[in-house]
Amino acid sequence: MLPDVPTVKQTAVYVYQAPVRVWHWVNALSILVLAVTGYLIGAPPPTLSGEASAHYLMGDIRFLHFAAAYVFAVGFLFRIYWALVGNAYSRQLFSLPFWRRRFWRELVHELRWYAFLEREPCKYIGHNPLAHLFMVAIITVGGLVMIVTGFALYAEQTGLGSWQDELFGWVIPWVGQSQDVRMWHHWGMWVIVVFVMLHVYTAIREDIMSRQSLISTMISGWRMFKDDRP
Amino acid sequence: MASTETFYEVMRRQGISRRSFLKYCSLTAAALGLAPSYAGRIAEAMETKPRTPVLWLHGLECTCCTESFIRSAHPLVQDVVLSMISLDYDDTLMAAAGHQAEAILEEIRERYRGNYILAVEGNPPLAQDGMSCIIGGRPFLDQLQEVAADCKAVIAWGSCASWGCVQAARPNPTRATPVHEVIRDKPVIKVPGCPPIAEVMTGVITYMLAFDRLPPLDRQGRPLMFYGQRIHDKCYRRPHFDAGQFVESWDDEGARKGYCLYKMGCKGPTTYNACSTVRWNDGVSFPIQSGHGCIGCSERDFWDKDSFYEHVTDTHVFGIEANADRVGLAAAGTVGAAIGAHAVASALHRTKQRDQAQHEEREE
Repeated sequence: MLPDVPTVKQTAVYVYQAPVRVWHWVNALSILVLAVTGYLIGAPPPTLSGEASAHYLMGDIRFLHFAAAYVFAVGFLFRIYWALVGNAYSRQLFSLPFWRRRFWRELVHELRWYAFLEREPCKYIGHNPLAHLFMVAIITVGGLVMIVTGFALYAEQTGLGSWQDELFGWVIPWVGQSQDVRMWHHWGMWVIVVFVMLHVYTAIREDIMSRQSLISTMISGWRMFKDDRP
Repeated sequence: MASTETFYEVMRRQGISRRSFLKYCSLTAAALGLAPSYAGRIAEAMETKPRTPVLWLHGLECTCCTESFIRSAHPLVQDVVLSMISLDYDDTLMAAAGHQAEAILEEIRERYRGNYILAVEGNPPLAQDGMSCIIGGRPFLDQLQEVAADCKAVIAWGSCASWGCVQAARPNPTRATPVHEVIRDKPVIKVPGCPPIAEVMTGVITYMLAFDRLPPLDRQGRPLMFYGQRIHDKCYRRPHFDAGQFVESWDDEGARKGYCLYKMGCKGPTTYNACSTVRWNDGVSFPIQSGHGCIGCSERDFWDKDSFYEHVTDTHVFGIEANADRVGLAAAGTVGAAIGAHAVASALHRTKQRDQAQHEEREE
């Protein structure tokens, strides 16, 4: 249970612990590298001339992709660990109050706020319901899908019997064939790109228009409230 | 056809010298990726073991597997394996016909119960009571199930038997069904490809006959020695891929220089087969070497994976056909425009609200 929004005057709450904040920015950077290099693996840059031995462009692009993928995957595991030992807000990424009526009521309120139908947004210490839903769907579920499909494709080159193959090799026959897994992994990239656009926009907008701090919270960890009304 | 005859005896009867026989054993060991010491073990097995008959059935198919098989590069492999198996049943190759031919099936089933290998080329269509493929006046499915009931193992030749191939492509009107979905109580070895490489086919058969066991298989039942790696992994154009040197169009400088065909939709990176190492027609060439990308013919449902000439192919799901890059770019563009519009609307809304608040304050 998350504590209720305080009704008495309280200007700041410590929400994001240091490991969560570090993870957020490392994760953001790895997603940026993964999306750019991933796109280039699907649509490589214009051909290079000269001897093949003089270049290693695709090799480098793929190396960056795999290196960033390991950062993303290890970060994901760490984030699960931190959800177990961290504060209540660190668990939001892995739990959705699906059966709680209030969650859906507030979600509708948040949607109406974005449609300019509400005068004022509600205050939240953790994620607002809309953000919460998107985080769980895209970062947790989406991230897991990308890790599983990504390692399945990676296992194709580490070879049969490698630990990547032992753990994720079943994915390719399960989905169909290698090309299918590639395409789903590619679709996943576009879903994440669209999410990042929305995430950055809403973070900036909320920081300006909502009743609480957003961007500075992911830097300092403290949620500041702009007023004392409930 | 004495049931105690060994492989070696069959070969000697075919006029093959002992020297040629030993050569064949070492070549087979090499083709299967086994250590040189295995040549002796193959020879011993062939000299002492009674030969295992192979029945070769044809379902819904184009006979390209047989055409490939009889072009096996090494004449010894061809002579030996072909003579060993054509003695029994293969309606394309055997001399017998009609009732005489069908009688052979019965005879083998009786005499070698549980001890013969069933090779299947093509697959059974299940729709319309199997009427789309009739063998000897009966649906192929019946023949397949009868003969499979008493066999030791099944070899699914080619993409038809392994995955369904062209006759099973969407919408699959005859419900052509791969062999492993029909025969569930016997081990099924998939040797996919359209057709499979001749040396791969003879290699698989020889392994099973000589060692009397199944070759090591991957998760999907394909022999590891030939399907353990992708064409891309061993492609001679791979250095151009790593360097970032691609054919951009069929007649460009890159095409002439033999650059990587990745951008032309080559499916080498997603296709498990031995084309880039064993090659075709006595190692003469293979598709990529001739300047055309791999179409992925040994992969499941390769006909339904859209363009042979695009790397990012269209995805078919829920009856919709869509390309990830085109949809993704459009979605990102739309969302970007929506964000811009929403930002402007937010700013206007905020100004209006603020004016209103000031107005109310003044009135108070």
